[in-house]
Amino acid sequence: MSYFTPSTRPSPPRYDLLEKVEEAEIEHARKQLAREPYVTQGRDAVWVGDHIASVVENPAPLWWYIAVSVAGGVASLTGICILYLITTGVGVWGENKSANWAWDITNFVFWIGIGHAGTMIAAILYLTRQKWSSGINRAAEAMTIFAVMCAGVFPAVHVGRVWFAWFMAPIPNANGIWPNFRSPLLWDVFAVNTYLAVSIMFWYVGLIPDAAAMRDRIKNKILKYFYAVICLGWRGSARQWANYEFCYLMLAGIATLLVITTCTVVSSDFSTSVIPGWHGTIFIPYFGVGAIYGGFCMLVILLVPIRQLYKLQDLVTERHIDMCCRFTLLMGLFVTYIYGMEFFIAYYGGNINERAHFYNRVFGPYFRTWQLMMIFNCVIPQLFWSRRVRRSPWLAFVVVLFPSVGMWLERFVIIVSSVHRDFLPSSWGMFYPTWIDVLTFTGTLGIFFLMYLIFIRFLPVIAIAEVRSVLPEANPHELPEVVEAGGSHE
Amino acid sequence: MSDTPLVCSVASGQKPKKLYAVGAEFDGPKALYAAAEKVRDRGYRGWDCYTPYYIHGLDKAMGLRKSFVGLFTFAGGFSGIVGGFLLITITSVYIYPIDTQGKPFFSLPGFVPILDLLLIMPSAIMSIVGMVVLSGLPRLHHPLWDWDAFTRATHDKFFIVIEASDPRFDEKASVGLLEEIGGTNLTFIGDEE
Repeated sequence: MSYFTPSTRPSPPRYDLLEKVEEAEIEHARKQLAREPYVTQGRDAVWVGDHIASVVENPAPLWWYIAVSVAGGVASLTGICILYLITTGVGVWGENKSANWAWDITNFVFWIGIGHAGTMIAAILYLTRQKWSSGINRAAEAMTIFAVMCAGVFPAVHVGRVWFAWFMAPIPNANGIWPNFRSPLLWDVFAVNTYLAVSIMFWYVGLIPDAAAMRDRIKNKILKYFYAVICLGWRGSARQWANYEFCYLMLAGIATLLVITTCTVVSSDFSTSVIPGWHGTIFIPYFGVGAIYGGFCMLVILLVPIRQLYKLQDLVTERHIDMCCRFTLLMGLFVTYIYGMEFFIAYYGGNINERAHFYNRVFGPYFRTWQLMMIFNCVIPQLFWSRRVRRSPWLAFVVVLFPSVGMWLERFVIIVSSVHRDFLPSSWGMFYPTWIDVLTFTGTLGIFFLMYLIFIRFLPVIAIAEVRSVLPEANPHELPEVVEAGGSHE
Repeated sequence: MSDTPLVCSVASGQKPKKLYAVGAEFDGPKALYAAAEKVRDRGYRGWDCYTPYYIHGLDKAMGLRKSFVGLFTFAGGFSGIVGGFLLITITSVYIYPIDTQGKPFFSLPGFVPILDLLLIMPSAIMSIVGMVVLSGLPRLHHPLWDWDAFTRATHDKFFIVIEASDPRFDEKASVGLLEEIGGTNLTFIGDEE
């Protein structure tokens, strides 16, 4: 007898079901692998131009006037304080003999650092073909320029007798003395001026085609002349575009070299000295990543309100904010590593002055700033591991406020906690900021935001031509129809 | 000025006194790309495509050579670094040597940062000068700006313009070619005498 029963017979495989599962899986994988578009909601080149230009063309909204008045008022503080400083002397700041560098250089390094992220986006991400950066590079480069301008205020006035500042130029001064070209402080003069000049040039070249676009569309006669002059008579011919793109590539390479040079030189102001806490080769990468860290935070602070107020969410997408947050997280991790490494080297190097300095950092009179710095720079940005935080712009906005302050504190920790106690305990002292210190710095925040507000009012805040050229339609030779029609190219 | 307008469409039958070029309008990058290849294959030299943004590969479709801006960059950088080296060396070795902690007057490592910055600045300036000069800028006027439709060249339209100075330019043949490759709104553009 047969023990074979129908119930144990294997049922035929349901290939149709299997296929459906596979299809769903393939579809899912495709969705995951698909790159997010640079411009969302399928906006086309015409919409991009109209929308970005509308920011300039529409009458200025009420909030803009309010913001400009507030920023202008705050900016005037710097002017008043500097006037007071020049007429009275640098003694109006809180510096003294042991802490002879304090808020002035802290502010200088803070602002220079913010500039670095703009160059990072506009040059380094351009060279590495990160096309998403085209959506924010104009805004980032503008941030660079204004931040470097704010930075320049401090070294210029901290020399004391400002009318002798021209002694820093590479010309013989009134006594026939030439500057010392081997001094890091002179390197700094060159670095800051070159950085400002090249950043402006790089930004300006990016602006030429957009200025031409604005010239052709704007109704206001005065602005039309303004754009016609700054676009140099741009016509957008293919030959011009070829030269333009090549020039842009060259400038991106130059700016990359420059941003590395600048952070190296600024760090050399410190690391070439023999002061404990400064005398370290780690200072060059330290200042580089620290600068980019603070800069990306400032960029998020600028972009999140702008995209909301001007409804630019399709151009400065959540992905852009996400990318900035990822950079923030990455740089935060670098910075954390360097903080740790500094302590390790102080312990491992065996130099008692170095050890005493790092002990002083944690347990000395300025321990609060060190603690806050560690929390703001190392702990709070860890929230960016969460995609939800990175993708909610306003949440990201709140998070980056902390490292922004933290990066300022970092410079304060590096500068003041290093110099206030030098090798001789008899010359130890404390630094306390005066009102002039505080107001001068607050005023530079006003200058920065004032210039930024003026920029978004009169120039396209997003690079129209560059965003258009990363749209799929700007790549005709990758589309199959043309290959069939033309056929003669690779 | 003369009685004939500077810009007149081909269909109107009029023609400006001194012809600068004949232009045609295209709708999108794809159409322009295919058209540019055909104009290139006819051997024209004095012609150009006008686009609101950089179209990848269009320079190849037009048969353009690589841009020479790099030479300007090199010239700027080279003269900058040589000039900078001379400036620093002559001043800190011969004119005003400063003894700082017994360091040698000629100390190349100490010169590097400023040499680097003096390399960067002129090469950046010369890149821009190169771009401006090679692109035929700056210009306060251009015959194409008399063509009203051309204001959209920075916005949403794409143009091919064949200049009358091209040796192969022939009114009928060139107009025919532009028509054949799908150009619309064919227009004669005149130059002021």
